[in-house]
Amino acid sequence: MSVLSAFLSDRVIAPTGVAGERTSCALSELKPGARARIIDVRDEVDQAVARRLFDLGFRPGVQVDVVRRAPMADPVIFRVAGCELALRRAQARCIRVSLEA
Amino acid sequence: MTSATGQTAGHARQSEARVALVGSPNSGKTTLFNALTGLRAKTGNYPGVTVSRYEGAAEVAGRRVVIEDLPGSYSLDPISPDERVLTDVLDPLNAGVQSPDALLVTLDATTMPRSLGLLAQVMQTDFPVCVVLTFTDELTRRQGALDVAALSRAVGVPVLAVTGGRRSDLVALRELLSRPQEWARPVVPPPHAPMEVAAWITSVLSSARYELPEGDARTRRVDAVLLHPVWGTLVFFVTMFAFFQVIFTAAAPLQDAIGSLFAWLGGLANSRISNGLLSSFVSEALLGGVGGVLVFLPQIVLLFLMINLLEGVGYMARAAFLMDRVMSKAGLEGRAFVALLSSVACAVPGIMATRTLPSARDRIATMMGAPLMTCSARLPVYVLLIGLVVPSGAGWGPISAQGATMFGLYLVGALSAMVAAWVFSRLGRSSGPLLPFSMEIPPYRIPSARSVALSTLDAARTFLRKVGKIILVTTIVLWLLLNLPARSTADLQAAGVNPANHTAVSAYVIDHSFGAAVGHAVEPVFQPLGFDWRINIGVLASLSAREVFVATLGQVAAAETPDTPTIALRTMRVEEGPRAGELLFTPPVVAALLLFFLYALQCMSTIAVMRRESGTWRWPAIAFGYMFVLAWVMGLAARLVVGAVT
Repeated sequence: MSVLSAFLSDRVIAPTGVAGERTSCALSELKPGARARIIDVRDEVDQAVARRLFDLGFRPGVQVDVVRRAPMADPVIFRVAGCELALRRAQARCIRVSLEA
Repeated sequence: MTSATGQTAGHARQSEARVALVGSPNSGKTTLFNALTGLRAKTGNYPGVTVSRYEGAAEVAGRRVVIEDLPGSYSLDPISPDERVLTDVLDPLNAGVQSPDALLVTLDATTMPRSLGLLAQVMQTDFPVCVVLTFTDELTRRQGALDVAALSRAVGVPVLAVTGGRRSDLVALRELLSRPQEWARPVVPPPHAPMEVAAWITSVLSSARYELPEGDARTRRVDAVLLHPVWGTLVFFVTMFAFFQVIFTAAAPLQDAIGSLFAWLGGLANSRISNGLLSSFVSEALLGGVGGVLVFLPQIVLLFLMINLLEGVGYMARAAFLMDRVMSKAGLEGRAFVALLSSVACAVPGIMATRTLPSARDRIATMMGAPLMTCSARLPVYVLLIGLVVPSGAGWGPISAQGATMFGLYLVGALSAMVAAWVFSRLGRSSGPLLPFSMEIPPYRIPSARSVALSTLDAARTFLRKVGKIILVTTIVLWLLLNLPARSTADLQAAGVNPANHTAVSAYVIDHSFGAAVGHAVEPVFQPLGFDWRINIGVLASLSAREVFVATLGQVAAAETPDTPTIALRTMRVEEGPRAGELLFTPPVVAALLLFFLYALQCMSTIAVMRRESGTWRWPAIAFGYMFVLAWVMGLAARLVVGAVT
């Protein structure tokens, strides 16, 4: 394990502590065309998963659009940080968002 | 860390600086690498692992700089062995791999909020860093904006925009590459705590007056069709079907030409070399072996051309997206589809591609299924066997019957691979965190012809090298097995064979060769499938590589009748037993052979790469065992079913 990877794997992606707003829900619950802002990654999510989601651009405060679903509704393409990424619903469920108009 | 980096640089030859390319997948990293190094790139492997290593020299200001194309990754925090290589190379304390002297980081200008996260991580290392911005033209087209000079000031390292590896853009880059020690260093390195990194990214983007581009309208319109639940799925299957029709119809004339060339060369050798045994060795073993393999090069080149084109355009990611749900039924993820599709070319790269799968369970499961995908080495076998029983003219409109049979074999192979992967995924189900599935869906882009050509050439070269090493040696060993012990005129006369009758002599030599003994010895095993000793020799020989089966049968046939293999095989008759005198290659026997080759792991290269990738002999042993049993049972079933129908 290099100094760098030790450094990076020690990162903690903590919940932001923002209380469940009226509009808060899981990213997986949104329909194509919806726009939301990321609150945080759920507490119970494995840290390796949380770190990778963070590195992929799913960071608190970032705007995310639901682009489209695959046949049979899984996975789903999201537009985040300027690029389109497909996530499975299982992962999208880990991300807490607040709906935007 | 500074001293360690200095030490590493000291090890490198003073005249040759090493610069490594770091960037996320789809960031234009490989295009830049090809533009800088051209055809001088060489492929290898990182020590201990089979992640491909691309290295090439670039001429900058009269100096040679070695450029290394590191595996693409979204993060230096590795979740797969592929990504671990990147972290290892960037670790100056890791003695296993040579660290570079400086890093070029390619950042896709259209995805800056994400890309800057990777840059922040790269800048945690002590290497001099230079940023190459790619796709700035696309950024402008999609109404985004970015001030390159301001970005450079904000991050504290040199930033250059290079569009599609354009020569004019490369001038300034080459100039910079000649003196990495002088690159500007940031006064304060970026932070590494997650929320601070997020704040750093926001501040850098606002300093650089960055405006996020709009979604690509062209991509959105195309995706509305290509990712549509009904049309998209339809297009996917039509694309895959067209894939195979092209391989068959477009490659045929080229293959015929190569076939004729080697037949002509063989004839030439026969007429020039007076020694009978030697001339037969050169024309049959050497030229026959090389030609019998080269003849399939057109198909391989076409296949890789299409795979690389689809990859470059961005369709492969879409195919994986469409297939993800289906793959998840097999306990795998959409990316395993790419590994399995690569196995259509060859199981060796396919098994190597499994390292893009983050979970060890998925990797093993995919490896266990991948060899069942119809690889290019099966093509020669299938083409020969199908040609024996399905007439070439038959068909329905533009669809040829031979092509349709082939497609069916591909389909059965693919389904069997999925079932096998599912079974092994089930067996290997264990605890451990479910690693996140994510797949970038890049905008549709026109791939650089150079990149497509280079990776196609690379694939062809790899195939030929593999061919050169294994197939040729096997063909020669086989020729020796089939032609030794050599018979003197006295031997022949003693056996009642007329030494002047060439055909009779050949038949006698083969019937009493070492190879025949092996073929006869295993006859009880394969007798239920309808294989005779001559087929058995081919089956055994194909263990080194499947395509050897063709060369062997060709040799067996050529030794008995001086015609082309197909015609000779069509008239081959069973020599003994209850079927004596009947045609050997009847539809039931050919069906048994096809199914046997569909399932059996007749490939030492696959076994070797499996051993390397799984780190143990256990998995290749299991794979070989279960596939042999499956092949035997399926072959028997096919013979019985086809026998009942015809």
